[in-house]
Amino acid sequence: MTVQAEQRPGTGLEAAPRPEDVSVETPFRRFVSDFLESRIATVALAVFAVIAFIALFAPWIAPTDPYDLAQVSVLDSHMPPGSTAFDGRVFVLGTDGAGRDLLSAIFYGLRISLGVGVMSGIIAMAIGSVVGLAAAYFGGRVDTVIMRIVDIQLSFPSILVALVLLAVLGKGVDKILIALITVQWAYYARTVRASALVERSKEYIDAATCLALGHRRILFRHLLPNCLPPLIVVVTVQTAHAIALEATLSFLGIGLPITEPSLGLLIANGFEYMLSMKYWISVYPGVALLITIVSINLVGDQLRDVLNPRLQK
Amino acid sequence: MTVFIIRRLLQSVVVVAVMSLLVFVGVNIVGDPVDMLINPEADQAEIERVIRDLGLDRPLHEQYGYFVVNALQGDLGDSFIFGQPALQLIIERMPATFELAIAALLLAVVLGIPLGVLAGLRPDAGWSRTIMAGSILGFSLPSFWVGIMMIMLFAVMLGWLPSTGRGDTVPVLGVEVSFLTRDGLSHLLLPAINLSLFKLSLVIRLARAGTREAIHQDYIKFARAKGLSETRVVLVHLLKNIMIPVVTVLGLEFGGLVAFSVVTESVFAWPGMGKLIIDSLHELDRPVVVAYLMIVVLMFVIINLVVDIVYSILDPRVRLQDTRA
Repeated sequence: MTVQAEQRPGTGLEAAPRPEDVSVETPFRRFVSDFLESRIATVALAVFAVIAFIALFAPWIAPTDPYDLAQVSVLDSHMPPGSTAFDGRVFVLGTDGAGRDLLSAIFYGLRISLGVGVMSGIIAMAIGSVVGLAAAYFGGRVDTVIMRIVDIQLSFPSILVALVLLAVLGKGVDKILIALITVQWAYYARTVRASALVERSKEYIDAATCLALGHRRILFRHLLPNCLPPLIVVVTVQTAHAIALEATLSFLGIGLPITEPSLGLLIANGFEYMLSMKYWISVYPGVALLITIVSINLVGDQLRDVLNPRLQK
Repeated sequence: MTVFIIRRLLQSVVVVAVMSLLVFVGVNIVGDPVDMLINPEADQAEIERVIRDLGLDRPLHEQYGYFVVNALQGDLGDSFIFGQPALQLIIERMPATFELAIAALLLAVVLGIPLGVLAGLRPDAGWSRTIMAGSILGFSLPSFWVGIMMIMLFAVMLGWLPSTGRGDTVPVLGVEVSFLTRDGLSHLLLPAINLSLFKLSLVIRLARAGTREAIHQDYIKFARAKGLSETRVVLVHLLKNIMIPVVTVLGLEFGGLVAFSVVTESVFAWPGMGKLIIDSLHELDRPVVVAYLMIVVLMFVIINLVVDIVYSILDPRVRLQDTRA
């Protein structure tokens, strides 16, 4: 849903003409310099890099291990941000109901949220690309059947598809991955098919066919690389969407189990303390979630402008 | 035309059948409601009696057969928890959900169109950029978190509005509604805003894109050349034309609002069918889960079918393409 909506408006019209570079210009270099033209997108990319770093190295940079019972004391529970524990540690963002340092819990939560989101995005992209390529390349009945399935699935909102699957499968990391992949693959299939249909009629594909190369080689070595630009945009938007959906499902208690405390679960835990003004327990994990999603979306927005051939100067 | 409608109808039936099989078989494999529903101190005979009463002792395909035959007669089984027919439970909660969804839809239109048109008329003004930034946030922010923040701000800190429940209701044509009482309206406000945020962002974008496109069209230039006031050009000539895509999209999005109300209802403890299904999922109340999913899927299939048929009437190319394939 997000994708369709976000593609509609004509952003990028405000871009100023770019002075000709004197240095040798490879496509990649041009891509980088085009991307960095937008200050907001550059900042968003930097922010996302920091978040990814935190997620990757959470166990080494978090002040405490929030799930190591030896380091957590119930006496420290519900402490507001900036308070000091009796052993002298400072809880920068306060503690939750079980006395865990919230900053550390957020670092670990980011690791799970980002991990699940990115992994589901990659798998869905792989499945969707293969299916979309096949639909475009073989055409005919294969195409009709595949695209009908894609259309039917996309006519249901993502939360409903996820709800059906989780009602059927139950809780768990693998289950939520399946749900997120099912929600996303159709977008990739549709995007890849659309660009593959255009690419297929170009001469280099005819040339490859005349060389009697195998289907697989033509599909993956010739067709796929040329379908990548729009795919990259969809990856960013869909990953942000997957992270938000996982957080929503986990918040509702039907996503990840309590053993995998993602940001959504942290927020859900804090919700019960909200009415007693202990706002920080669910506000800060929410802010972390928010920064992650917004930064990915901003990067995606700029990628779309840069990779859109119609806007290229 | 007839071929097209028959094809689409068959397709819808297949979708519903596949869904019912998937949902029923899947839901029956996960978890064991016997453990949850029977008093742990019950003796063996008691346990067996309950299992027989609930029909849990029969093989799955037989249970599914009964399910289909009964479903076609409008009987989707009794709730394990409430002991009432599942369908009745859901229908009882439907007005609350629909009231919320309609309120959200109205908010999205009433606020979204003026904001979008304003942003489209003066795309470079500061407030236009603010509106668009807001709409990007509306797309990006997970609605459950926004709901929590709204509760914190308006209910806990400021104490202006209640945060849970539906408030006082009055019956209108036999259906209980909240929006006609003061108390009910104050309960409705926060959840409705929360649910509408995503659609609001969508409407703003649609209205802005439509305005920016329409503003350069000849009929707008002509209306201006005729000497009409700017207000009239915008309110009559422009607005009429940008309403078409907005109305189309919103018609389609209503189903989405009902589906997403699951989140809003859980946050605000709004007693609709979305909250019911989440509670039922937690309590492994399978008949209610199955009934909810079947009803919502059926609703979507019908909406899509109607939209497809209407489109094919409006644009013959759609059905030609489909019949040939």
